[in-house]
Amino acid sequence: MAEPILYLTELLGLKVYDLRKRPLGRVRDAVLVPRLHPVRVDRFLVAGGGGYAWLYVRHDQVAGITLDGIWLCDEMLVPYHADEYALRLVRDVLDQQIIDARGRKVVRVTDITFGIRSEDGRDVLHVLEVDIGMRAVLRRLLQGWVPRRWVRRLQVRIPPNSIRWELCNIVEPDPQRRLRLNITMEPLEQMHPADLADIVEELSPEDREAIIEAIDTEVAAEALSEMDPETQARIIESLDAGKAADILEEMAPDEAADVLAELEEETTEEILEEMESAPKAEVEELLEYDEDTAGGLMNTEFLAVHEEATVADAIDALRMRKDLVDTVNTIFVTDTDDRLRAAIPIARLFLAKPSSPVSELVRPDDEIIQTSTDTPASRVLELFDKYNLLTLPVMDDEQRLAGVITADDIIAVLRNR
Amino acid sequence: MLRRLRHHVAVFFAVIGPGFITAMVDNDAGGIFTYSQAGAKYGYLPLWTLAPITLLLVVTQEMCARMGAVTGKGLSDLIREEFGLRTTFFIMALLVMTNLTNVMANFAGVASSLELFGISRYLTVPAAAAGVWLLVVRGTYARVEKVFLIASSVYICYIISGVMVKPDWTQAAIYSVRPVLMLEPGYLTMLVGMVGTSVAPWMQFYLQAAVVEKGISAKEYAESRLEVIVGCIAMTVIAFFIIVACAGAIHDVAPRDIQDATDAALGLRPFGQYAFLLFAIGLFNASLFAACILPLSTAYTVCEGLGFESGVNKGLREAPVFYWLFTLLIVIGGGVILLPGFPLVKMILLSQVINGALLPLVLIYMILLVNKDRLMKKWQNTRFYNVVGWTSVVILTGLTVALVILSLRDLAGA
Repeated sequence: MAEPILYLTELLGLKVYDLRKRPLGRVRDAVLVPRLHPVRVDRFLVAGGGGYAWLYVRHDQVAGITLDGIWLCDEMLVPYHADEYALRLVRDVLDQQIIDARGRKVVRVTDITFGIRSEDGRDVLHVLEVDIGMRAVLRRLLQGWVPRRWVRRLQVRIPPNSIRWELCNIVEPDPQRRLRLNITMEPLEQMHPADLADIVEELSPEDREAIIEAIDTEVAAEALSEMDPETQARIIESLDAGKAADILEEMAPDEAADVLAELEEETTEEILEEMESAPKAEVEELLEYDEDTAGGLMNTEFLAVHEEATVADAIDALRMRKDLVDTVNTIFVTDTDDRLRAAIPIARLFLAKPSSPVSELVRPDDEIIQTSTDTPASRVLELFDKYNLLTLPVMDDEQRLAGVITADDIIAVLRNR
Repeated sequence: MLRRLRHHVAVFFAVIGPGFITAMVDNDAGGIFTYSQAGAKYGYLPLWTLAPITLLLVVTQEMCARMGAVTGKGLSDLIREEFGLRTTFFIMALLVMTNLTNVMANFAGVASSLELFGISRYLTVPAAAAGVWLLVVRGTYARVEKVFLIASSVYICYIISGVMVKPDWTQAAIYSVRPVLMLEPGYLTMLVGMVGTSVAPWMQFYLQAAVVEKGISAKEYAESRLEVIVGCIAMTVIAFFIIVACAGAIHDVAPRDIQDATDAALGLRPFGQYAFLLFAIGLFNASLFAACILPLSTAYTVCEGLGFESGVNKGLREAPVFYWLFTLLIVIGGGVILLPGFPLVKMILLSQVINGALLPLVLIYMILLVNKDRLMKKWQNTRFYNVVGWTSVVILTGLTVALVILSLRDLAGA
């Protein structure tokens, strides 16, 4: 064996011997203090004296750890006391759900694997892995009933299934405790929003809300966009109005409006009140439209320039809207009354001279496919299908450009059918 | 005002499903047999037990639905988190055993109900098993639930066939409220059987998981509770009509013991081909329905509790244990029905025994969980509710233990 290991199931019930090799008690729990050391077991909780007195054994009081027991080098033990900086592995981690950041799923902890390392000649335990799957289930079932060495021999036939401790994210709803236990949201924030959404949807409402509340607002908004409308509404409802408003501001206005449309009117008002005026106006406008019409599907974020603008102006306009860079594929040309004159594929901008006017980019065979806010969603689908559209401009009652519907909106509509 | 009412009605229909389906599946092949037997042998006398049965059912089901809505976690999840793996494993092992025998009983129901129409079980059982498997594996939860709700409505068959028999409605009304106790072993056995089959361990797991899967929140819980209560009442209404039909058709002619539920259907034949047909269709539907839900619910519960991936929305590769367990339950449960000379009656009696050992355990863990401040917050049981809850547990445990003793006696005799 490369490195001696010990399972939590083996550690529990392990006898602790004092300096004269007399048994003092048995291990009941192992404590990590993440603020001091991320993986080293800081203390053992030992029950002695007939199981009534719980004692702490600090890691520097232990001389040796084997499958047969723990030998102390210092007997000055302190009684157990609650410690908010302590993560108790049996109480807080074992049997609970954690998030596997690499495998991108929620798993339940069945056992924990430690490595026995040497530190200044003394043995210490480092948490290596969280064990899930059948092998760990077998250990749990036999724990305390079958000698430790037999269990080790029995389990070799079953393939192991473990997750490295660094990749495990403990779900802790209390923000204060998260801080004390040094639990960061970074691994979750680095996941793809769609994966994060899948994970969050699997958790209980309390944990779900805690995560959305704690992670970066922009990530929260992206993840939320990937969830189904009901779950979105439930999460937004549970947050305080200010936080909800912050998240909705980060979302695309049409998606934000869809979420708000799911909520009760009072809640919607409260959240709108907290939003900043620009996104608020857009969302409010979108809320006016029926969900099953072009107005309900459209998005008010689009790129439009005046017909007298030059190609350089148009590129500048694109530069000003960094938030659109990743998704926009069409630039609209309007007149002074906001009426649509042309829709130009954005790539054409880069083939033209910067000084030429955008109106020169319009080709004679360019036909503007457009629709109005009250067109039913089914008709919109037909238009996308018939003309193979990526973007469809939507006009309001006075024939002004009000918004656009993009292909991803259409995919969402089709999926919900 | 009207708008608010409309909102509540809308929410009610949004949450409908879990409570209703659970209560309906409770009237599976075994339940129908018990009620038919009671009506055939004792006529209208046993009807008074239905009111207390409804109460017991509502109390236990409501706690589960509440836990599901508030914690967003299944019952096996909660037992695992609060009481550890060994307890969970033990409960799950018992649950798989008792549910497997239940699945057998229901495939037997499918076989015998269709044999009334002259179709061989060697055709019907494999077809039913394949159908059940495909429905669950190929469907999404929402679609499967819709099929289940449609299946629930087929229970109306019993109401119609009950009316067609033209039973003595005055007597039925009187005995529904007048408790009759006779110190006769047969009568007591029947009472114990009626209550004992009404609350089964799998129901608690299924209901709570379905509430979670449906995403019912603590806010919508008022409507969800109403749904649970309506479901429980609907279940007893069906039971009422089964008893009344058998009382009118069999007991009023000549009281006798019936051998199985198809025997009851045959007893209805003199009262018209339709009464007989509807009773038989009802039995087939109930058996098939339970044969669908039980393997699904078992696979869900076990995987949740032991921490394996589960769910009809995941693929075979993502959730292998779930699919294997589900498939095996169907294959074994349906397969043994085709084995000539398989001791089915013994298996069902054995199932009663395991059921009786498991139910008190599940109920006690449930009440302990529902009183945990950390989990339930302001949704904990009130003191009154706890008194009712514990009393129900004691009554149910007492009756189930009695049923276990009776089953053991029969098992020794069989």
